[in-house]
Amino acid sequence: MAQTNNFPETRFELEIPDPLKTDEFILNMGPQHPSTHGVLRVLLKTDGEIVESATPYIGYLHRTFEKHAERMTWPQVVPYVDRMDYLASMNNSLGYALAVEKMMGLEVNERAQYLRIIVSELNRIASHLVFLGTYGLDVGAFTPFLYGFRERERIIDLFEEISGGRLLYNYIWIGGVAFDAPDGWLEKVNEFCDYFEPKIKEYNDLLTFNKIFIERTANVGVIPADLAINYGLSGPTLRGSGVNFDLRKNDPYCIYDRFDFNVCIGKGEQGTVGDSWDRYYVRIEEMVESAKIVRQAVNQIPDGDAKETVPRNVRVPAGEIYFRTETPRGELGYYIVSDGGKNPVRVKVRAPAFCNLSILPAVARGTMVADLVAILGSLDIVLGEIDR
Amino acid sequence: MEPILKLFTELLPGLSPLLPYWLLATLSALIAALVLFGFIAVFALFAIWLERKISAHMQDRLGPMEVGGWHGWAQTIADTFKLLMKEDLIPEKADRFLFKLAPMIVFSVSIASFAVLPWSRDFIPTDLNVGLLYILSISSLAVIGILMGGWASNNKWSLYGAMRSVAQIVSYEIPISLSLITVILITGTLSMQGIVQSQQGNFLSWNIFHYFPFMFVAFVIYFIASLAEVNRTPFDLPEAESELVAGFHTEYSGMRFAFFFLAEYANMFIVSAIAATAFLGGWLPPFSFLDFIPGPFWFFGKSLFLVFVQMWLRWTLPRLRVDQLMYTSWKVLTPFSFVLILIVSFWQLLTL
Repeated sequence: MAQTNNFPETRFELEIPDPLKTDEFILNMGPQHPSTHGVLRVLLKTDGEIVESATPYIGYLHRTFEKHAERMTWPQVVPYVDRMDYLASMNNSLGYALAVEKMMGLEVNERAQYLRIIVSELNRIASHLVFLGTYGLDVGAFTPFLYGFRERERIIDLFEEISGGRLLYNYIWIGGVAFDAPDGWLEKVNEFCDYFEPKIKEYNDLLTFNKIFIERTANVGVIPADLAINYGLSGPTLRGSGVNFDLRKNDPYCIYDRFDFNVCIGKGEQGTVGDSWDRYYVRIEEMVESAKIVRQAVNQIPDGDAKETVPRNVRVPAGEIYFRTETPRGELGYYIVSDGGKNPVRVKVRAPAFCNLSILPAVARGTMVADLVAILGSLDIVLGEIDR
Repeated sequence: MEPILKLFTELLPGLSPLLPYWLLATLSALIAALVLFGFIAVFALFAIWLERKISAHMQDRLGPMEVGGWHGWAQTIADTFKLLMKEDLIPEKADRFLFKLAPMIVFSVSIASFAVLPWSRDFIPTDLNVGLLYILSISSLAVIGILMGGWASNNKWSLYGAMRSVAQIVSYEIPISLSLITVILITGTLSMQGIVQSQQGNFLSWNIFHYFPFMFVAFVIYFIASLAEVNRTPFDLPEAESELVAGFHTEYSGMRFAFFFLAEYANMFIVSAIAATAFLGGWLPPFSFLDFIPGPFWFFGKSLFLVFVQMWLRWTLPRLRVDQLMYTSWKVLTPFSFVLILIVSFWQLLTL
């Protein structure tokens, strides 16, 4: 800056021998921290409350799933993929089963197809409910967490009835499903939809349109559409930025082309398109759409033997495939190589949460520590899937 | 109940011919302090249990149901025993002296505030003529304890919590004081008993309905600011769990943690009690024919109701961000309370 006063320099000879040393404040957020959703470590450099940089460090939950898969027979991999995204096991095993079936050229029984859709969409609702709850916790509202878990409990009871598991189901097998639906199960699914749809209003009243919640999330962590695409985001995180891309519509797999549902995208109702509130609201709207799909599937489901097409011996011809499905977190891709033997040669997973997390350093700069928590929560990461 | 209290409070002065004055003063102060400590401890246990039950019922669950039989009433007692028996950890790099001092300061400040709370016509530990001023000044001391605890823990999260806490409490003291000034303008006294006695009559003569709706706004401003003063949601930034782990008391465990916890619930009661005294008629019944019910019942009931509202808000609202918190204080609450002072003064001038 140019000198603006006319006084000679010497008049202000203030001795400042050692100016106060200022430095960034380096904070280790995690791996044990309430808001990192598991064991993520984020290295923060902060200036007071302002974040100057945030670097995620991952790998605390690495379980060598991909290497394990090379020593397993084809059906044995299913319980492993369940454990990647433990909040949406059904969607994970659906992707794997579809990929292997496509390699085998296997046509799956109709009833099994419908059951797969029902459980996947129910699991999508359950996963988004966990998101709703934990996101509430991240911004300091405790009650939505328990409301979300109350509804999720009913979904899990349904899953327990059909598969025996409550978190990791091992239900969708190569060529079909593990068990047919027990008597009266489909009616219970319908009852759940009747019960669940009015609850959305409750969440909206309590959290979504709460003034403080909007203040905390609108215009926070804005991801413009081009940035979102460049970073390879997918799922609700991408749609929150206003990009209309849903694999269930754009690249229909399974039997998704038979159902009528909308793809929800962020519109920037409370702030800018692509802010945390948009990403949150996309998930709320998606729960309604998933319930719609579940209803249609329950009404259309044909009779038949759901286990008819489950092969006794899975023989996968030599070759390779990349198959992608839409899980609650986004595009889950399986790259599978087979040499015709009993086990896969390579199973590589394109984990949506991993790509979604990668945008954190780009949007974190200049936000506050509390915003960082809100942004991280709105990305809806699951560490089991990131570290695999 | 009133005569018993009176007997008790007059028993000691009755001994005055037998004992020298200094001993008598010390004895009565000690007894009062013990009684207050007992009250705070019991109230905090009760309030924690109450908060658990309230939050549980708001969240579609039951809360503690096992310990003690009826609705788990003994749960917090069991928890206190657990805290008492826990190992008392002090981090290696901590400033040991300050670390130990901090909970004591925080807790003694909340005990000290009880000294001027009027429970009934005769029952008040000391009726200072500057009671309100005393409470306002003593409660700002707590922030020193919090800062001390956050600094001495030598933990970055604790330091963050302490820094936030200082900024928050210092800013929110201003709207608190300003909204209480309107009360002082009306009642013309700083003595807590004097403030209550000036609200004699049925509930319409309480300060909150004075100059309707201006004093009501003052009450709302006071209540919002008092939430920030005691670090309750939506202003619980100093201990924001999802951001700062546990804020300034991250490193505390065992009984030292319990002291912070006790102080928090005691402070909740204190700010509610001040609100009840200044705005809701203190120990006065809402209708004068209900006079036969003793004062402590009304005083405690009104305060407890406000404590309940605090809990209600806690389990409903999310948390504000630091800058929004400062915005609320400096750009909303403080100007509004200034305007209120002007309005109330003019109104008084016109109706003189």
